[in-house]
Amino acid sequence: MSPLEQTPLQRERARTIFQKGAPGRRAFVCPELDVPAVDASELLPERFRRRQPPRLPEVSEPEIVRHYVGISKRNFDLDSGFYPLGSCTMKHNPRLHERVAALPGNARLHPLQDAERAQGALELMWNLQGALAEIAGLPHVSLQPSAGSHGELAGVLLTRAYHEDRGGGGRVPNKVLTPDTAHGTNPATVTMAGYEVVKLATDADGGVDLEDLRAKADTDVACLMLTNPNTLGLFDPNIVEIAEIVHGVGATLYYDGANLNAVMGVSRPGDMGFDIVHFNLHKSFTQPHGGGGPGSGPIAVSDRVAPFLPVPLVAQREDGGYELDYGRGRAGSKSIGRLRGFHGNYGCFVRAYAYIRSLGGDGLTDVSEAAVLNANYLLARLRQQGVAEYLPLAYGQLCMHEFVLSGGPMRQRLQIKTLDLAKRLLDFGFHPPTVYFPLLVEEALMVEPTETETRETLDAFAEAIAAILKEAAADPEIARGAPYTTPVRRLDEVAAAKRPIIREALA
Amino acid sequence: MLAVIGVPTLAEIFERQVPAAVRLQRPLALPDGLGEQDVYEHLRALAERNSSVEDELSFLGAGMYDHYVPALVDMLTERSEFLTPYTPYQPEISQGGLQAMFEYQTAISELTGLPVANASVYEGPSAVAAAAYLAKLHNGRRRLVVSAGLHPHSIQTLRTYAHGYDMEVAEVPLRDGVTDPDAWARAIDERASAAIFAQPNFYGAVEDAAALSAAAKAGAGASGANGAGADAPVVIAQVDPITLGVLASPGECGVDVAVGEGQPLGNRLDFGGPSFGLFAAREQYLRRMPGRIAGETVDVDGRRGFVLTLQTREQHIRREKATSNICTSQALNALAGVVYLAWLGRRGIVELGELLLARTHYARERLAAIDGVEPLHSQPVIRELALRLDADLAAVRRRCALAGVNPGVDVHALGDRPQDRGVLLVAITERRTRQDIDRLAEVLGAAVAAERDAAATSELGVPA
Repeated sequence: MSPLEQTPLQRERARTIFQKGAPGRRAFVCPELDVPAVDASELLPERFRRRQPPRLPEVSEPEIVRHYVGISKRNFDLDSGFYPLGSCTMKHNPRLHERVAALPGNARLHPLQDAERAQGALELMWNLQGALAEIAGLPHVSLQPSAGSHGELAGVLLTRAYHEDRGGGGRVPNKVLTPDTAHGTNPATVTMAGYEVVKLATDADGGVDLEDLRAKADTDVACLMLTNPNTLGLFDPNIVEIAEIVHGVGATLYYDGANLNAVMGVSRPGDMGFDIVHFNLHKSFTQPHGGGGPGSGPIAVSDRVAPFLPVPLVAQREDGGYELDYGRGRAGSKSIGRLRGFHGNYGCFVRAYAYIRSLGGDGLTDVSEAAVLNANYLLARLRQQGVAEYLPLAYGQLCMHEFVLSGGPMRQRLQIKTLDLAKRLLDFGFHPPTVYFPLLVEEALMVEPTETETRETLDAFAEAIAAILKEAAADPEIARGAPYTTPVRRLDEVAAAKRPIIREALA
Repeated sequence: MLAVIGVPTLAEIFERQVPAAVRLQRPLALPDGLGEQDVYEHLRALAERNSSVEDELSFLGAGMYDHYVPALVDMLTERSEFLTPYTPYQPEISQGGLQAMFEYQTAISELTGLPVANASVYEGPSAVAAAAYLAKLHNGRRRLVVSAGLHPHSIQTLRTYAHGYDMEVAEVPLRDGVTDPDAWARAIDERASAAIFAQPNFYGAVEDAAALSAAAKAGAGASGANGAGADAPVVIAQVDPITLGVLASPGECGVDVAVGEGQPLGNRLDFGGPSFGLFAAREQYLRRMPGRIAGETVDVDGRRGFVLTLQTREQHIRREKATSNICTSQALNALAGVVYLAWLGRRGIVELGELLLARTHYARERLAAIDGVEPLHSQPVIRELALRLDADLAAVRRRCALAGVNPGVDVHALGDRPQDRGVLLVAITERRTRQDIDRLAEVLGAAVAAERDAAATSELGVPA
């Protein structure tokens, strides 16, 4: 495109808030000094004082608003369009949740308020614990972890505590199994928790390779971390046998809850044989994703793991009231301790609880059924459009709530990569699916439509993919040069990493 | 839709994939769904059973504080464009979020006086543990030397994490409210991977951060050519960002990694979360930092743009060799943080810090004048102060509550440490005026007097 053809957003050059404003300009008016003035050095000795103030922006309120509203328009968001980002469950965020989370009794409640004067919050957490236990099919819940990866860390540390307790100071297992399809957080967590990662192969049907599992499952194995349905969007048909093998060597079975949206009310991790589950409240229980958080990652566990849960837990007293239970004064508390400050991301609990109360048990089951229906419908529509020839389903025939296509044939026959397809989708007004994951699928494209999309949207997306492939057959350069209509065009990520500029240089 | 898929029923999609043995054969045992209005009424009724900082005169702090959050923070963070996207995996359509991260990183770098900052971690205490993990990756040693002035939640979190990555935590006691310099120097030897302190510390005292850093680097661990050599432990400070307009920055004080709870910067209390953790460091630690980092680059036409960078540190690329497992962090909370800092501005952060300093000093003088109340220490205080009460603290707090005053945090109840018995931690924000402080002094004074009278009476064997 020539400069004359630029969109208005493309003509704007990015300037940060630090490049705006003028000396002396401001928004904040400091409350007056209403206490007797005291000599500055008496308040704080000179040697403890900062010499130069931090070079924060000098801007007025209207400038701040215009600046951030302006840059916000350079974002694509879920409220504006289809966002089928696999493994991320980008479902609609009801605005009621924002309203109830903002009630002063929630938003302005101090975490150290006395239990007697925070009964509503504790009751909400108690009710949420109960609902999550029922959904997971595991009786004990800690709401504390801050996000899915934090829940994973909790789970692996619980596994460690469980084995150390059983081992009685003797030799304890030192390995954790993760399939090659696992989310990257799984192996990263294993390392952080002091274990060695052992990779499991995937069989021809996309499930755990049972032979490989049998060969590697020995008494050195502490845990198997599994996502089910897995990152290929497939429910492992051998899950019962997998659980037997893992439990047979004394290891725990960990459920990565990133894909729970496929199975709520359909199949429960506890009933599948899992010992520990993490939830991603921001995924299955619809929290706004915030551009990359906040999330919330509660865990549910079986009886044998429960003694090790982090503290505090919400407990019900005999009089029906609620309290935070720190396990203090209880002989031989085996808790792994604390994973963060206070009690977890309560603001996320409010939203998740509102969601669960809105839908009820039947409604949550409907959610998973509709999510699976939508994914299978989109998969079938893509086949109808002739897309399967270039983007075949990597494994299986049907899928759960998401599916993974391979862009290998597309690359070979049309000379465009999955990245090119993704970038061209931006020009069609869609957020692309997750790309290049899972790693074992060539040129992978992972599509998760969620239950809150209409049939019309799914049709339009399928048509866009077909149109891009058709366009590429005529001229692959178009996709290779995409996107054309976004605020910036394809960015040089290699240069960014080679010579990192990660803050504004200030005069 | 089923016809397009080629199955007769929705049930068949599940039957063909999920083994019958693990299919739930009954409905979930949860209450029936409710309409929007009924959910609202239910949640409103629950929220009304909580006493927020709007319902009482609150001096609660100890990690989260009732600072004023300007209306524009709410307005901007509620915008769909910031609220509803996810991690900016597609930078061409995520420039707003990426630029906000870049600006946030700049602001945190400025505040801390350290050259590199990431785009946020979960929150304060786990940020301390994340920094300790960086130290382990950096020098491979096993010992974490920690000042007892750290928030108890930070020490507890650190112990939980450290057990996982096989490190030991050695606690250095306080003397007159600050880290005991002799014990600190003794504890830091060649086994020390990191030396960790809080500024200001949990009891509100301003530490001599420069001296603590220098001592850590001059300790037995430092066998490099110039004293503070490559073998020195990583010096980590847990800082309170709202004080950094007034207090010497971590960078100025010789700190290597600064972490902290970001809630005071434009984030609401939310009964403890979500908020964000800040994480800044010297350049040499850049490639070992956890979490997302936004970087500047150009597009094919030469336009300035932003991307997630240095991703080869991260779990989705490096997997078991990643520098951290963190994925989703706290982008929206960090956005609130940078908007707040822009609102406060270059002068405002100094003015606010000076106001907090003056009011907290005033509060200490006022409260220490009460019979039966002693300041825990005589060190400078900036936004929080600790008192020791010669009266049953739980009973005193109950009496204050009846008068609509929450006098602060019972530190023993929070951290369960014997030395904290009777210690009250009082937080002063810009929302607490001189009049409020005077009211606290009056109510607390009456409550302490009444409790002491009651105790004296019961000692005499007379029923209270």
